[in-house]
Amino acid sequence: MVQDRSFASRILDAFIILILILVALITLIPFIHVLAGSFTTTAELARRGFVLFPTEWSLTAYRYIFSTDTIFKGLLNSIGITLFGTLFSMFISSLMAYGLSRRDLDGRRTIMFLVVFTMLFNGGLIPTFLVVKEAGLIDSYLALIIPFTINAFNLIILKNFFQNLPEGLEESAKIDGCNDFGIFFRIVVPLSMPAIATISLFYAVTYWNTYLPAILYLNDTDKWPVQIILRQIVIVATGLSFDDSGFEDAALPPSQSVKMAAIIVATIPILCVYPFLQKHFAKGALLGSIKG
Amino acid sequence: MSDLSVESAPSVRTRMRSERMQRLKRNKLLYLMIIPGLLFFIVFKYIPMYGLIISFQDYKPHLGITGSEWVGWMHFDRLFHDPMFWTIFKNTLLLFLLNILIFFPIPIILALMLNELRLEWFKRTVQTIVYIPHFMSWVIIVSISFVMLTQDGGIINDLLAYFGFTKINFLMSEDWFRPIYILQVIWREAGWGTIIYLAAMAAIDPQQYEAARMDGASRFRQVWHVTLPAIRSVIVVLLILKIGDVLELGFEHVYLLLNAMNREVAEIFDTYVYTAGLRQGQFSYSTAVGFFKSFVGLILVMMANWLSKKFGEEGVY
Repeated sequence: MVQDRSFASRILDAFIILILILVALITLIPFIHVLAGSFTTTAELARRGFVLFPTEWSLTAYRYIFSTDTIFKGLLNSIGITLFGTLFSMFISSLMAYGLSRRDLDGRRTIMFLVVFTMLFNGGLIPTFLVVKEAGLIDSYLALIIPFTINAFNLIILKNFFQNLPEGLEESAKIDGCNDFGIFFRIVVPLSMPAIATISLFYAVTYWNTYLPAILYLNDTDKWPVQIILRQIVIVATGLSFDDSGFEDAALPPSQSVKMAAIIVATIPILCVYPFLQKHFAKGALLGSIKG
Repeated sequence: MSDLSVESAPSVRTRMRSERMQRLKRNKLLYLMIIPGLLFFIVFKYIPMYGLIISFQDYKPHLGITGSEWVGWMHFDRLFHDPMFWTIFKNTLLLFLLNILIFFPIPIILALMLNELRLEWFKRTVQTIVYIPHFMSWVIIVSISFVMLTQDGGIINDLLAYFGFTKINFLMSEDWFRPIYILQVIWREAGWGTIIYLAAMAAIDPQQYEAARMDGASRFRQVWHVTLPAIRSVIVVLLILKIGDVLELGFEHVYLLLNAMNREVAEIFDTYVYTAGLRQGQFSYSTAVGFFKSFVGLILVMMANWLSKKFGEEGVY
């Protein structure tokens, strides 16, 4: 594209760059502040206030939160839920998406309508709770996974991706004597790795971030994922919640740096997968995803 | 498969039916692939919809849906006469409006700005940074804000004190609940919201800009006459989706912000359903509250969809 080189145009570019730098800083500064604060002492936080780089490094906060096994257990629970949940969700979602992507399937439009309708209307909290309870999932890790197996949006993205693969491949595989499962696992999955990776990471992030289902379905605090533990440390223990269920020692609110360390511990795993996410959603796996 | 049409010449109808049977048979593995997912939707989406009928019952857990007594519209009647109803209705509506009027335009503006730049590395860096918060849970977002806003040692209050202002109890204030809520939404979602607009803008034919430049259009006019019309349908689709989402997604977020001091402005339908239903055990009443909310949500989306079709856009559904 020919660039407009006039003076006014350059001023505009400079202005836009300035605004975007500001936006990026506003996005990053809270993270940096929390990260720096978690590695310093409460005394320094109190003295300097706006800490973006600690002068007094300290691991006290991390030692404190790992002195009991609460957070550690929470991390293990979250890792288990995330790994198992993502595999399960991907398996069920991609099979269904592939079935629905085949144009010669009778009833495909009806099923798609049923899927899309759940995005518009749902039974809500209490009826869903009753179903989960009837299914015997209360106080089971599975309560955080099975009721969330498929995200309709992710299903549609996968379906659209499969649908846009060249049809000739399937035909030739069929002639070679492959059945539909063979076609799916040996041809479609390897060709769809960008979409599968993206959606897996979406599911993984959702499972890692899950907390409300745990509040609804898990009374057993030993099974709590790290997100609820974080909520207990930062919000409940400070007396800022409207229901303080299941928190034992609310006597002394944790110090600022302990809270910050807890935030970092719950955030780091996401930041570790972020570069992979970043790589994939640039590839246009999301394109054309809006339309059902 | 017994074929009835062996002797007589097969009518078009029976032939179509037998073709269909053949197709079903040929595709039986595909159906097998769909069944687990379909079961999920039936059990965890459609059975709860059926479960909404307990809002017309006096549901008792030990009696179940079949054994509980029918009470007609009693719970809805109670809801509309509940003094709390108008409070939560107003609170939900206000958060909805904040989302549509304040949050919604921001990703469009950000995307327009990113699209104007030719510095690819700078664009990519900014994008990488502003997408990050979308992947943080609400617990993390709210925790970060709490740590920064608290009166004992929070950075914002420290700065206020440093510049000689009085400290503000942001987290327990009715006045600050809504600003904090919408700022958190913007901080988490504004960057990620640009992704689809940027994709739509990337698909615009550069010749359109050249033609506009030939006609002497300034950069602002190019945005107005080329970029915006090109992404108009994307804007409409996302607006409709947003309208459908807002009533649903507020819960995870608001639940964390709600406390005894800001209840008057922070209590929304979902938090009320949670408190009345799961904490106080009023299953039927709270289901009626939830039913009302879902119903209003459905009507809103259908209206938005209808309007967009009326104005010549495609709509979503």
